[in-house]
Amino acid sequence: MENKIQHSDVYAIALHHRFQWEEAQQSYVILFPEGMVKLHGGAGEVIKRLDAKATVAEVVADLKATFPDAEGIEADIIGMFELALEKAWIRKI
Amino acid sequence: MTQTSLGESVVQKVVQAQNNGVAANVTHTQPLWLLAEITYRCPLHCAFCYNPTDYDKHTHNELSTEQWIQVLRDARKLGAIQLGISGGEPLLRDDIEDIVIEAKKLGYYSNLITSGVGLTEKRIQAFKDGGLDHIQLSMHDITEEINNFITNTKTFELKKKVAAMIKNHGYPMVLNVVIHRYNIGHIKEILEMAEALGADYVELANTQYYGWSLVNRNQLMPLKEQIDEAEKITNEFRKKAGNKMKIFFVVPDYFGNRPKKCMNGWGEVFMIVTANGDVLPCHSARVLPNMVFPNVRDSGLEYSWKDSPAFNKYRGDSWMKGPCVTCPEKANDLAGCRCQAFLLTGDAESADPVCSLSPNHHLIEKAIEDSKNPVLASQPIIFRTDKNSKKYASGESTERVEEFHALP
Repeated sequence: MENKIQHSDVYAIALHHRFQWEEAQQSYVILFPEGMVKLHGGAGEVIKRLDAKATVAEVVADLKATFPDAEGIEADIIGMFELALEKAWIRKI
Repeated sequence: MTQTSLGESVVQKVVQAQNNGVAANVTHTQPLWLLAEITYRCPLHCAFCYNPTDYDKHTHNELSTEQWIQVLRDARKLGAIQLGISGGEPLLRDDIEDIVIEAKKLGYYSNLITSGVGLTEKRIQAFKDGGLDHIQLSMHDITEEINNFITNTKTFELKKKVAAMIKNHGYPMVLNVVIHRYNIGHIKEILEMAEALGADYVELANTQYYGWSLVNRNQLMPLKEQIDEAEKITNEFRKKAGNKMKIFFVVPDYFGNRPKKCMNGWGEVFMIVTANGDVLPCHSARVLPNMVFPNVRDSGLEYSWKDSPAFNKYRGDSWMKGPCVTCPEKANDLAGCRCQAFLLTGDAESADPVCSLSPNHHLIEKAIEDSKNPVLASQPIIFRTDKNSKKYASGESTERVEEFHALP
């Protein structure tokens, strides 16, 4: 599968895309030409950590540490990476 | 964080209307998109322009820079995120730089919608420094002849230069091409040109008939077969080009059998502020009868969006009548476009005649037939010029507007 996410991969928000917190929506959004998506809490937490430096493994570890009560979130996090890559919201460094 | 808070199920497209009530202060809708139609002055004279035919009367009372900045601040407080700076040709104003800086400061994702006329190295650098996010450039054809004909200007070479300038400054290249009878046979070549220019997004927007394009409907409308062919070519090109260039093909509603969910619903996500400060839920709402639209000179945007009778009038579906009110599909399109319903039938609350279930659908069928009538189609195009607009605004001319309701 071409979109396979590896633990050593490093990602950043896609070119010409902007990720920000929206007070009026109480949510994170990704903005791009002709459109926007509103991300629910967890999805926003993943994208927030993509700084062109952290590996996927580091993002997963950080989320696990930040949300210790959430069980088995790794599959969900990888799922979010896959979705974001497929939608071209993020780019591989 | 919970498991259900990650993954596909949690990603929600914002542009999804759920409002089924009346007032926004009850339904909590937010104007996510603010379109600033900052001036109706324009160096181009496009035959398909959707601007009002009487725009000339709004060219002498434009909002000031300070008033626009206040509009930006107030709309942002209401939740607006996407900002379109449009016109007319916005670059005819020399304060776009100030507006861009303010937009960035406020956290908008800002877009300059331009013909390219007036974009210089100095200005684009100022936009980049000021934080403008992208520029949407209108292109018309691959041939100089059609470009210059349909815009009634000599702008072909200029547009190519501007496209290169946009790319060189690291902007995403967003091209908008309005499709009509004169360029629909060139879709493949237009897409090839877009690819060669390095376009990231291409919008092939089939002409919708409002304002000047309604006046020129018989001259602009392509055949159904041409549209089908154009869509086929677009789909083939999409497969070939892959993800690199995103292509949007905006289907013309006259050839569908259901109307578009106009503006994604009246007062749902879009708010337009016009050159003279009128606050509108859609571009052409001013054609509608018995409506008083708020103006930013008199009332705030919060009132306009949440409480003004104009914005609440067609929110949700409680205003509908038959056949829409009992239609199982009414939530899909909210009865279509109010302006189109009024312009063509004289009743703003009737079903959009584009719908095959509308008792007035024959008006659309007749329009399609008329566009094939060589006598009607050979009438000259009435270009969007100040002179023609003055004639419509003063009532001196009613040429080709008599059959439509409310067009001056």
